[in-house]
Amino acid sequence: MIETLKAMEFTPFILSFKLASVTTLILFFISMPLAWYLSQTRSKMKPLLEAITALPIVLPPSVLGFYILWALSQNSALGAFLEEQFGIQLVFNFAGLVVASCFYSLPFMVQPLQSGFESLNKNMLEASYISGKSKLTTILKVALPNMKPALLTAIIVTFAHTVGEFGVVLMVGGSIPGETKVASVAIYEMVEIMDYSSAHIYSIIMLIISFVVLLSVYIFNQKQNKKFGAF
Amino acid sequence: MIKIDISKKLHGSSGVMDLNIDLDINEGDFVALSGKSGSGKTTLLRILAGLEEAEGTIKVADELWLEGKRSLVPQKRKIGYVFQEYALFPNMSVEENLLFVNKDRALADHLLKITELGELKNRLPNTLSGGQQQRVSLCRAMMNKPKLLLMDEPLSALDPDMRTKLQNEILTLHKEFGTTTIMVSHDPSEIYRLSSRVLVLDQGKIINDGKPKNILLKTQGSQKFSFEGELLDITKVDVIYIAIVSIGQQLVEVVVSSDEAKNLKIGQSVSVSTKAFAPMII
Repeated sequence: MIETLKAMEFTPFILSFKLASVTTLILFFISMPLAWYLSQTRSKMKPLLEAITALPIVLPPSVLGFYILWALSQNSALGAFLEEQFGIQLVFNFAGLVVASCFYSLPFMVQPLQSGFESLNKNMLEASYISGKSKLTTILKVALPNMKPALLTAIIVTFAHTVGEFGVVLMVGGSIPGETKVASVAIYEMVEIMDYSSAHIYSIIMLIISFVVLLSVYIFNQKQNKKFGAF
Repeated sequence: MIKIDISKKLHGSSGVMDLNIDLDINEGDFVALSGKSGSGKTTLLRILAGLEEAEGTIKVADELWLEGKRSLVPQKRKIGYVFQEYALFPNMSVEENLLFVNKDRALADHLLKITELGELKNRLPNTLSGGQQQRVSLCRAMMNKPKLLLMDEPLSALDPDMRTKLQNEILTLHKEFGTTTIMVSHDPSEIYRLSSRVLVLDQGKIINDGKPKNILLKTQGSQKFSFEGELLDITKVDVIYIAIVSIGQQLVEVVVSSDEAKNLKIGQSVSVSTKAFAPMII
């Protein structure tokens, strides 16, 4: 057992966490203005935007992966444009995985943030405007500090969801060791070649990490609600 | 001088209603805004704050806050607004709530002293009582050194003792800062104590405008007392009828004739008045 562990290759895990970290960071900044807009707008476009944002939740990952692969490949206009103008290729490499993950995990960042913004006392935000503060200052100093549970949920769930993704990564990235072979893909391959002991070790690590992360989120949320009182 | 001439379509519980207000308010006045719920009081306040759109003109001193549909953002109006439910920033201490508006520490200390909140300045809002929170909210509104202070039923969630205390503090601050104040209130004693002018709104229009005494005293002609109340019940006792009327928080019995009893409907609002007797105040 010890020897199996010693001989284990942990690059797929490191790759999974690197992918999840980069994706979470990018999505955090993209989703913030989108979630704020969705929470404040009275526009008729809102349901449309919400539906588009939520699509990755219901679409089979293979469908999403197929469209992304198609869009980013050199055969499509976008892929050809990126290749010709910037020399960027976004399929079967890490950068491509990041782009795909950003689409795949978007709703997991936007939805908790949106409901966090929506749960804030509207008068509190208005009090900030009346105090002469801009929308940006209000978001940073008033809104975000008062929705820490939503903030943490959004970040952790996005991170965990990206670590756990499989179908989209396989479609867009394939399984290139050290480049696109993330933990979930590695487990799939181990099972295929009937290396069950390695699959067990990988799976139990994934299970424990996921559980501990979720548990910490819920403990934190409970403490926050006690501290500030539920809104 | 504040000149207000605005209109807005409101979609209330009783269908579409037009809010039409044409009004001048003198600088330094304390105006009470009264009227049934849904009459447009809060909307008027929110339009003045720039939180709600409207059409028309709002001119404060030489500044145009609203011209046609073009509206100055709330950030630039330099007003104070006290919400009914406090709306403090829960993540900031009492002092930080004040300093968030304006970094003037001396002003913050001064306000906290007037409202006796000095010792609580490091506490978070949700550890304070309702009355304390509303005082913080009042102080926060004054941190803007507002030309116009707007208050939306600021004391309605508080008990009577706390109300009286806060009424005094509101009056002190109003006088010290020389602000023009507009307050929504339903409480006649509060209106009488604080305001120099009362506006009564109904269906989006001002139906009464004058000094508190003239508007709040309900007696007509030789009436000494007159109270508005709700008729709860009429019972027959021998040859007379007794009506039970709810006035304020009290029930009273009034003798009515059989003719009067026939014309009264249970649940209707009635006016109970008496003439020519000398009441005692004990």
